[in-house]
Amino acid sequence: MAELTQKERMKIKRHDMPNQDQVVRRGNFEEVALGYTEQTARVEAERCLQCKEPKCIKGCPVGVLIPQFIKALREGDMVKAVEWMKVKNNLPAICGRVCPQEVQCEGNCILAKKGEAVAIGRLERFVGDYELAERTCPLVKAPKTGKRVAVVGTGPAGLTCAVDLGRQGHEVTMFESLHGPGGVLVYGIPEFRLPKGVVHGEISYAVECLGIDIKTDHVIGRSFTLDELLSDYDAVFLGTGAGLPSFMRIQGINLNGVMSANEFLTRVNLMKAYRFPEFDTPVKIGKKVAVVGGGNVAMDSVRCSLRLQALLAKQSGGEPGEAHIVYRRSADEIPARAEEYHHAQEEGVIFDLLTNPVEIIGDEKGCVKALRCVKMQLGEPDASGRRKPVPIPGSEFEMEMDTVIMALGTSPNPLVFVDATGLERTKHGTAVADTETGRTKKQRVWAGGDIVTGAATVISAMGAGKRAAADINSFLKGEAPWA
Amino acid sequence: MYKIVRKEILSDVTKLMDIEAPHVARKARAGQFIIVRIDEHGERIPLTIADYNRDAGLITIIFQEVGKSTKQLGKLEPGDSVASFAGPLGHPTDVENFGAVVCVGGGVGIAPIYPIARELKEAGNTVISIVGARNRDLLFWEDKMKAVSDELIVCTDDGSYGRKTVVTEPLKEILGDAQRKIARVWAIGPAIMMKFVAAATKPFQVPTTVSLNTIMIDGTGMCGGCRVLLDDGARFVCVDGPEFDGHKVDWDNLLSRLQFYREEERIALQEYDHKCRLEGAAAEGGK
Ligand SMILES: Cc1cc2nc3c(=O)[nH]c(=O)nc-3n(C[C@H](O)[C@H](O)[C@H](O)COP(=O)(O)OP(=O)(O)OC[C@H]3O[C@@H](n4cnc5c(N)ncnc54)[C@H](O)[C@@H]3O)c2cc1C
Ligand SMILES: Cc1cc2nc3c(=O)[nH]c(=O)nc-3n(C[C@H](O)[C@H](O)[C@H](O)COP(=O)(O)OP(=O)(O)OC[C@H]3O[C@@H](n4cnc5c(N)ncnc54)[C@H](O)[C@@H]3O)c2cc1C
Ligand code: SF4
Ligand code: FES
Repeated sequence: MAELTQKERMKIKRHDMPNQDQVVRRGNFEEVALGYTEQTARVEAERCLQCKEPKCIKGCPVGVLIPQFIKALREGDMVKAVEWMKVKNNLPAICGRVCPQEVQCEGNCILAKKGEAVAIGRLERFVGDYELAERTCPLVKAPKTGKRVAVVGTGPAGLTCAVDLGRQGHEVTMFESLHGPGGVLVYGIPEFRLPKGVVHGEISYAVECLGIDIKTDHVIGRSFTLDELLSDYDAVFLGTGAGLPSFMRIQGINLNGVMSANEFLTRVNLMKAYRFPEFDTPVKIGKKVAVVGGGNVAMDSVRCSLRLQALLAKQSGGEPGEAHIVYRRSADEIPARAEEYHHAQEEGVIFDLLTNPVEIIGDEKGCVKALRCVKMQLGEPDASGRRKPVPIPGSEFEMEMDTVIMALGTSPNPLVFVDATGLERTKHGTAVADTETGRTKKQRVWAGGDIVTGAATVISAMGAGKRAAADINSFLKGEAPWA
Repeated sequence: MYKIVRKEILSDVTKLMDIEAPHVARKARAGQFIIVRIDEHGERIPLTIADYNRDAGLITIIFQEVGKSTKQLGKLEPGDSVASFAGPLGHPTDVENFGAVVCVGGGVGIAPIYPIARELKEAGNTVISIVGARNRDLLFWEDKMKAVSDELIVCTDDGSYGRKTVVTEPLKEILGDAQRKIARVWAIGPAIMMKFVAAATKPFQVPTTVSLNTIMIDGTGMCGGCRVLLDDGARFVCVDGPEFDGHKVDWDNLLSRLQFYREEERIALQEYDHKCRLEGAAAEGGK
């Protein structure tokens, strides 16, 4: 393409993402967003104005060199595009799929002010998928330093930290309590949003290039304690996430058919219950499902529910049933990624907004029969800056339900704090760590990701892993001793 | 992969295995459990640590074949491996010198009660053990239990061995004998048995510890699938337990939650049996 003028660039319309048909996809777990073709990606890349002071970079928690990679992409130099990308982000195929771009890079893009932002996330995914297939940018390991680092948890924080330390020549051992690595990327986020092949591809590549040892089935706090790890390793990074589910304090929480989103998603994603009995773990889904919450976890749960209902209906005949989101605030406050909310709407999820459960009602067998809710209205802004929902007196009503999934947020799992003398925790259960370096209050222990911030995002966990790796490296080289 | 190094058949449906898992054996204690997953398609199932050998890095498990996973595990032989083996999970048993204690093991619950009885004995307690099963064929480890108990009572539901009664009967007699001054009771077995043991000890106000066997997935506090209702709220059995005060447990809720996946368990077993028959027939045909 000949060099375009800024005006011409601004005339190009943002390219839609080709998606799997909304009716068909309700009945399968295959990826919804199909990815740009090379042609589309290059034309979309032409929309970028190559700002002198790019605002998009400021919106990205790790500062991906966005205009640089986009320029290489539109010039057709994919190898260069990957190189620019990898300066700041090791896992673009993952971030391109799951980052909330609308409030990060794209939300800051100058074009978003007047019209539509450059589709940075989709371009990032395109570059990431290219690298996944071609591997033009190998991970290179520096000469061995003889230093040993333990990384606890194999989610995005731990993985990023391990890769950066591996590249510096340190010997890295990862510990994971589950039977496979990946953290939320494998047990939480469903296949139709983030194919497990992408995650496993990235992990096995890192393991191969850098010789990282991953010890699964190792629960730190039980199999080994933090204090024990410290006697074997020069430094320890904790990236154990925020995996502890919370339940509402209402009647009926222990009825059959009430689950945490973590239980439901773990059964479906990690244990592959959607392929039961080919896989051993089952999951029970009702004809009327209520998912309580409005974040990504809630959207993933409700969309998995729809799919399971459709699969069941296909097997046994009959109607698939319905799946609801029950959320106490309004549509404007929904914290889920915008694309997931739209996809959920397209797929036929019923949104009961400004609605809050007050009781789960059971039948004589101890199974869920109905959800009793109260209508809400928005009052004054609360601590989070969002308008606080308050119940409307006398507005209680019942909805017939047979499955209730609680997606109400999570906190750090306390197991890792067992026998970890001196590791400080806040009253929310999160680890106290320096935001820049990741240093905790315990010597030679760093932490980052959801364990420090509480449930947040993939990219913020990766950023924390990266910053901690840099500081650990300086520490191991003797440049930044512990104060 | 974790290798099975020894297998012992304790009854038609009860098997013992020693599994090589040094990362579990190094810290394993009585009262804790492991989670095993047989292969890439397998579910994660919890089994109690029946014994351990730290030096050899071995964990002993004993299981009853009640469904698909336990049947499949029972078919494996020494030299075979299982895909995952995580632990030790849960809190160990609180062992001190309480004085006189009773350990009740029902069915496959004899396996997990054994190391507890042993540790209680080593701590200086007078240990009275009661073990029971539906019939003689389901009993095992009588000798081992005898070796760690000051007194051992054996009973079967059908009277094919020992006393013909359920475990709660001798328990009530012992508690009724004030001279014995029973300080504590431990009970491990089917949920229904533990429910009745708790009911039996309640009038005597003897603290009673039970080890709950709820449905579990991760076993690390991540899913809440294992939650149980106590009289002051819900707990996660895998991290807060598995041992609890039997007088505080909402048994009906526990029993109803154990039933939730009955239909799926039946389907899984049926498919598995069908597959085994086909494989058996193919092997026959190949001969
Ligand atoms: C369903 C769902 C959907 C989400 N969707 C999005 C999205 O679209 N976009 C986005 O940006 N973010 C999303 N998030 C949030 C994002 O996934 C997390 O913020 C991110 O994964 C945190 O990374 P982490 O590395 O800190 O922890 P995790 O990913 O939680 O990984 C922690 C790992 O540590 C292991 N571990 C825990 N305790 C121990 C222990 N004691 N010993 C050994 N190992 C241990 C865990 O098993 C786990 O594998 C979603 C989260 C969920 C649950
Ligand atoms: C902490 C803990 C420790 C345990 N320790 C042992 C042990 O040492 N030895 C042992 O044999 N079993 C033990 N169990 C029970 C064991 O986990 C189950 O028997 C096993 O998961 C059954 O799997 P399955 O696929 O073979 O049968 P399924 O198909 O899952 O079930 C078949 C039948 O067994 C019943 N069942 C399923 N799960 C349980 C359960 N958790 N408890 C009681 N009945 C159940 C079902 O209701 C059904 O009737 C323990 C459970 C827990 C939670
Ligand atoms: S990593 Fe996320 S926020 Fe940063 S540029 Fe990529 S999509 Fe945008
Ligand atoms: S088994 Fe998942 S929390 Fe206990």
